[in-house]
Amino acid sequence: MSATPVLALRGISKRFGAVQALTDVTLEIHPGEVVALVGDNGAGKSTLVKTISGVHPVDDGAIEWEGRTVGINKPHDAQELGVATVYQDLALCDNLDVVANLYLGSEIRTAGVLDEIAMEKRAKELLDTLSIRIPSVRIPVAALSGGQRQVVAIARALIGDPKVVILDEPTAALGVEQTAQVLDLVERLRERGLGVILISHNMADVQAVADRVAVLRLGRNNGVFDVEGTSHEEIIAAITGASDNAVTRRKARTNQVKKEAGA
Amino acid sequence: MSDLTKQPAGEEQATTEAPAAADTPQPAAVDPRLLVREQGFTGYLNDFKRRVRGGELGSLPVIIGLIVIAIVFQLKNSSFLSADSIANIGVYTSGLGIMAVGIVFVLLLGEIDLSVGSVAGVGAAVWAVLSVTNGVNDWLAVLIAIVAGIAIGTLHGFFFAKIGVPAFVVTLAGFLGWSGLQIWMMGNEGSINTPSGSVVESLTGYYFEDKAAGYGLALVAVLAYAGSLLLDSKRRKAAALPSRPLSEILLRTGVVALIAFVVAYVLNEPAGARGLPLALVLFLAVLVIADFVVRRTTYGRQIFAVGGNAEAARRAGINVHKIRISVFAISGMLAAFGGLFIASLSGGATKNLGSGNTLMNVIAAAVIGGTSLFGGRGKIWSALLGMLVIQSIQQGLNLLGMASEIQYMITGAVLLAAVVIDSVSRRTQKTAGRT
Repeated sequence: MSATPVLALRGISKRFGAVQALTDVTLEIHPGEVVALVGDNGAGKSTLVKTISGVHPVDDGAIEWEGRTVGINKPHDAQELGVATVYQDLALCDNLDVVANLYLGSEIRTAGVLDEIAMEKRAKELLDTLSIRIPSVRIPVAALSGGQRQVVAIARALIGDPKVVILDEPTAALGVEQTAQVLDLVERLRERGLGVILISHNMADVQAVADRVAVLRLGRNNGVFDVEGTSHEEIIAAITGASDNAVTRRKARTNQVKKEAGA
Repeated sequence: MSDLTKQPAGEEQATTEAPAAADTPQPAAVDPRLLVREQGFTGYLNDFKRRVRGGELGSLPVIIGLIVIAIVFQLKNSSFLSADSIANIGVYTSGLGIMAVGIVFVLLLGEIDLSVGSVAGVGAAVWAVLSVTNGVNDWLAVLIAIVAGIAIGTLHGFFFAKIGVPAFVVTLAGFLGWSGLQIWMMGNEGSINTPSGSVVESLTGYYFEDKAAGYGLALVAVLAYAGSLLLDSKRRKAAALPSRPLSEILLRTGVVALIAFVVAYVLNEPAGARGLPLALVLFLAVLVIADFVVRRTTYGRQIFAVGGNAEAARRAGINVHKIRISVFAISGMLAAFGGLFIASLSGGATKNLGSGNTLMNVIAAAVIGGTSLFGGRGKIWSALLGMLVIQSIQQGLNLLGMASEIQYMITGAVLLAAVVIDSVSRRTQKTAGRT
């Protein structure tokens, strides 16, 4: 892990009218690192991601890109820097084939004409390096399964050679095997030296692939944990804001003996 | 506890990792779910069968329909496949067919343009009033008529894209409003005849009497088709991508050559043949250009993207408003151009040119040809195929001396059949995992 974070947020604040969505939030992403961003509903995860991807400009605080301060005011700025975002609804065109979807908005052309062959070749290479298996790059996306669509959406984010990839709930609504495939892909992004921000509600996924877990609570930082050596309960406690809450009480009640042994 | 939760997660990863690693050394083979087409001609046939079973019928129903129509009418009346009849179908197909190309563009967006008939009428009226009544240069008047079509389409697109009025309503208002404008413009005369020798008269009145024109065009078309297939195949081989086998290229070229030369022969050789009609050449030119724009340019790709998922297109940086407005402008342009053909065929611009069943025939042609009403799926060539079906039926029924009310009913039934095929094939595609 290199010393300079590729992306650093310092003291980010964001207000929507009377609502203080983010207060003094700090987050660092290093190359080749998967940072899980967790928090309860309304904790500010989506707002934070949107400030990074340029949908909402920040009110206060600084965004540093590879050590220098930058301004991200619109989605285009973020893309220019090398931030790619995969939203939860994927935004794929069902009627277009995989190649067309991968290159939508950044088609390869020779003399003004679409160069299907170059696009298909490069699409295949990209999918191969990510070990993505899909039936054919020339079938419409509508014919793919949910997991395959998710990996295509992630691969699509990589077309512009980004340095940071933001994944918004990539495993929600996926089955067991498909989830594993997406998590494999997240690990391959890390091996490629990309910084990954992974938003998830699923603690098993977070513990499976993330290096660090950043917890947001009510728009503020509520701790950054190394996944190694941090328990499930500690993270849950940080998310919910107390070690004494419904979740821990229930755990304690139903599983008291085991918990003592584990501790 | 943390060990307990970590352990299963680690195991799960290991198990999914293992088959992936085992797969990678021989990536091309094994997985039966991969749709890798076998090389050679049998591979092509198998692929074709798989598509048909999966509900991807493409142009198959229309082509079968055309063959059935030709056989039935030829048995009833032996002059159906005569030179005169074929030339007639060709000429009558072109005007409405050009308008149908515009409709295909709009349908690809998943929208509808109900105003094309009225816009055709306005186009013809603009030309006639300028050129015949006011003595404006003939070519200039044609140009202004087409520009008027573009302007009308742009206006529709503006209300649809920027204001957010449903295209159905905008163009329905246009349908009424523009036919009002047309009647107002034609007010004093009621109808204006096309002077002989004018540009519009020759649109459908001119035939290339030199036999070389028909055969030459057929030859150029076949060579260009074969050349593009061969070049594509060569480049794909060089890029180590699956390519069409030579046998498939030969088969396709053979079919295209057969059709092209038979049509050229029928237009040129038999007694009473007048040669290659200019109208057909112009229609083919519109088809080739439109097909190129839709399939091979970024703009065409963006039309499909907006028709498939406008939000995804917007996030991919596509200017959705611009695409929508421009597509309606194209529809208006081709409608006005088609209107000039209709004026040419009927001998002049009239108050009710483009009214009646013009609109329905044009939309029916696009749908019968296989362009989906639901957006994002379709081909430009469906305008030609669908229009051929409609014109063949009309021509055949005319030859049999059937009344126009019967023609309406039969055309209506064919349209319904086409939409039923579209809907059923969509359902088959759903059950086959392809929506």
